[in-house]
Amino acid sequence: MFFRILRAVALLGVVGCAGLVPADGRGAAAQDLVIGLQGSITSLDPHFQALGPNNNVAAHLFDRLVHQDEKQRLIPGLATEWKSLDELTWEFRLRRGVKFHDGSEFDAQDVIASYKRVPWVPNSPSSFTGFVRPIVESIIVDAHTLRFKTSVPVPLLPVMLSAVNIVNRKAVEAPTADFNSGKAAIGTGPFRFVEFVANDRVVLLRNDQYWGIRPSWNKVMLKLIPNNAARTAALLAGDVQMIEAVPSADLPRLRANKDLALHRITSSRVIYLAFDQARDQTPFVTDKAGALLPNNPLKDPRVRMAISKAINRQGIVERVFEGDAIAAGGLLPEGAFGASLQLRPEALDQDGARKLLAQAGYPNGFAMTIHGPSDRYPNDERVLQAIGPMLVRVGIDTKVETRPWATYASTASSPSYAYSVMLFGWGSNTGEVSDSLRALLATPNRDKGMGASNRGRYSNPRFDQILDRALGTIDDQLRVGHLLDASELAIGENGIVPLYYQVNTWATRRELSYAARQDEQSLAHFVRPLR
Amino acid sequence: MTVFIIRRLMQSALVLFVMSLIVFFGVYAIGDPIEIFISPEADQMERERAKIALGLDKPVVEQYFAFLMAAIRGDLGRSFVFNIPSITLILQRMPATLELALSALALGVFLGLPLGMYAGYRPHSVAAKAIMAISILGFSLPTFWVGLMLIMVFAVNLGWLPSTGRGETGTFLGITSSLFTIDGLRHLAMPALNLALFKISLIIRLARAGMRENMLMDYVKFARAKGLPMRRVVFVHIFKNILIPIVTVIGLELGSTIAFAVVTESIFAWPGMGKLIIDSIQRLDRPVIVAYLCIIVFMFIIINLLVDILYSVLDPRVRLSEAKS
Repeated sequence: MFFRILRAVALLGVVGCAGLVPADGRGAAAQDLVIGLQGSITSLDPHFQALGPNNNVAAHLFDRLVHQDEKQRLIPGLATEWKSLDELTWEFRLRRGVKFHDGSEFDAQDVIASYKRVPWVPNSPSSFTGFVRPIVESIIVDAHTLRFKTSVPVPLLPVMLSAVNIVNRKAVEAPTADFNSGKAAIGTGPFRFVEFVANDRVVLLRNDQYWGIRPSWNKVMLKLIPNNAARTAALLAGDVQMIEAVPSADLPRLRANKDLALHRITSSRVIYLAFDQARDQTPFVTDKAGALLPNNPLKDPRVRMAISKAINRQGIVERVFEGDAIAAGGLLPEGAFGASLQLRPEALDQDGARKLLAQAGYPNGFAMTIHGPSDRYPNDERVLQAIGPMLVRVGIDTKVETRPWATYASTASSPSYAYSVMLFGWGSNTGEVSDSLRALLATPNRDKGMGASNRGRYSNPRFDQILDRALGTIDDQLRVGHLLDASELAIGENGIVPLYYQVNTWATRRELSYAARQDEQSLAHFVRPLR
Repeated sequence: MTVFIIRRLMQSALVLFVMSLIVFFGVYAIGDPIEIFISPEADQMERERAKIALGLDKPVVEQYFAFLMAAIRGDLGRSFVFNIPSITLILQRMPATLELALSALALGVFLGLPLGMYAGYRPHSVAAKAIMAISILGFSLPTFWVGLMLIMVFAVNLGWLPSTGRGETGTFLGITSSLFTIDGLRHLAMPALNLALFKISLIIRLARAGMRENMLMDYVKFARAKGLPMRRVVFVHIFKNILIPIVTVIGLELGSTIAFAVVTESIFAWPGMGKLIIDSIQRLDRPVIVAYLCIIVFMFIIINLLVDILYSVLDPRVRLSEAKS
């Protein structure tokens, strides 16, 4: 008799769970949009940390003087037009009649206040100071005209300012916590703040007074779902209507699903190999017996070219990425400002590679270990494991070692420079090539801010000279010429070896459209219902 | 008993100190956190600025000393990436984790105990064999796989339950928790079950073993001979005896569930503490890592203390004043 009681108690739990099943589990109001995001948002303060997910949320609440469209071309934001008056002066005309979410009028004072706030933000782990540092003087011509003076010609100032959000002048000394609570999160953007639950979600309401095109959604929830499989499941279950960063393993399945649509674009993020070119003996290149080589073969452009020729980029794209990547020959995909059409992806040429190695004095090859992250870029570990055997085939005995980003990034960079051949990625926030050249290939120089991510320390004085000239040329036509020369020189010498561009993919319910963005941002105001 | 508790708490202070020392220097040895959370575009000047702003330019011993001085005053530092005191950050996420852990534990106890006792009482019945087979699955299937399967079945195919996140919260008796709303419970159901599966299986096995062992004991025969009904023998006498190992395990499991429910939390995007510690380790957010481990160590100490006290309640032969801890 009593075991029936035991059984009843056990059953009770099961029945209890069944009671939770709702009458209607799917679908939200037509005016609502829920987006599943990958990244972790650390703050709503738009000046606190220069970080993709934070910028993504800020773009809903705030505007910049200059915006970037889906292909990272500059378009008017809070400034309707801008021009350089002379080498050292930029003038911005501000949009009239723009109102903040609290009803106050936007004008030049807000811009000045915002740029003043940027370097002030306390304890910022990665500030936006670099973007406003060139401005030595700001002049308010009238309430809607601003002039910025720089000490050297800065052709990229409009691009740099497209990264800096404009906050209300009242928030000039608002601490980061005030933005997280919503008190100071008052911008001019297409949505206004409702709720921010750290690590979980951001809730937004449409700003009906927005100066731009009216968003289709009354209420938007940005839900943080970092786990790839869970993000896909949430879309399939109908809990979110859109997800970003679709993992390539799920692509075939999502493609086959008629209720879903995929939106893709070539990313401005290139994945590349960097080579230690600074040391005469590099720690992970040895002869085949394991003894360090007396001189560093990676310094020889022919050896780097041989490695480039040995890699089957198309194979990586097809086998590792299910086609969701583009073989790369340059730093930015075709169409970007300063992207050279001369730089084609190096075709697989094993004989050519062997020949080059022989010419460089390594007819029997050598041995090396290549390093990369295991949790940073999509499929990073698998890409390295594919490259290893490709290099073995041309005579370079290659071992692959991957590490978690936390240990890899800090040991690969200044001052330890622990590796010989490294896999890294570079996403251009400016959408043009000078930024990449300056960070990845210029000779490291602290005072000029050059080569901050040049971990292989490629250095060519002629390249530095051309780049310097480009960075100081205001005229776009002239500048693009210098930039092409510079890229073709450095990539031609294989200062770094580009492998592939990532493809940014979003998946939505079939009845939604999204203009897929090169900069990886998921912006609710560009998600539209199909009619 | 008071002496026992005081001695325990003093020992825990020592443990906390040693742990903070190890973790602090351990995380320092991994690498430079600036490289992890700085924007890749930042130039060298910006990197230096961030280093100074976060106090990472000082020698590590000096950094540790500053941390220790502040910790004595109850300040465990600010998170590098959130700019929020680490304690606040962790406490913000604690309710979510606690409700998940406690629900999972409750499921474990309320399902595992009766099922296990039944399986022990009627070991040869078909139902008992089924229960044991399921408990083996519960043990051996990896949590992430079960979690994904639950999502596939109940959220994607059947559409009964939401696949991700924590639901609405309600406030009851001053406690804000998603246990008090229907939406909250619906969100909680799958992660709690996922987390509970291992516990249910564990408790089934413990209860069954205890049940079988005790059924053969003399006191059971004696009670039966005295004419006590079987119900009373099982639910009062045997029950008390099998509870001792189960209480120990529940105590330890509660601790580890609260501290390390990482897998379930990330699959269900549950905004709890387990997720926080993993993110913080990946970002080398040292203040949060150290504070988190301090809190967890302290929690384990308290749970163990409670378990020891509970022992003496369950088994009068245990005397805390004699117990060497």
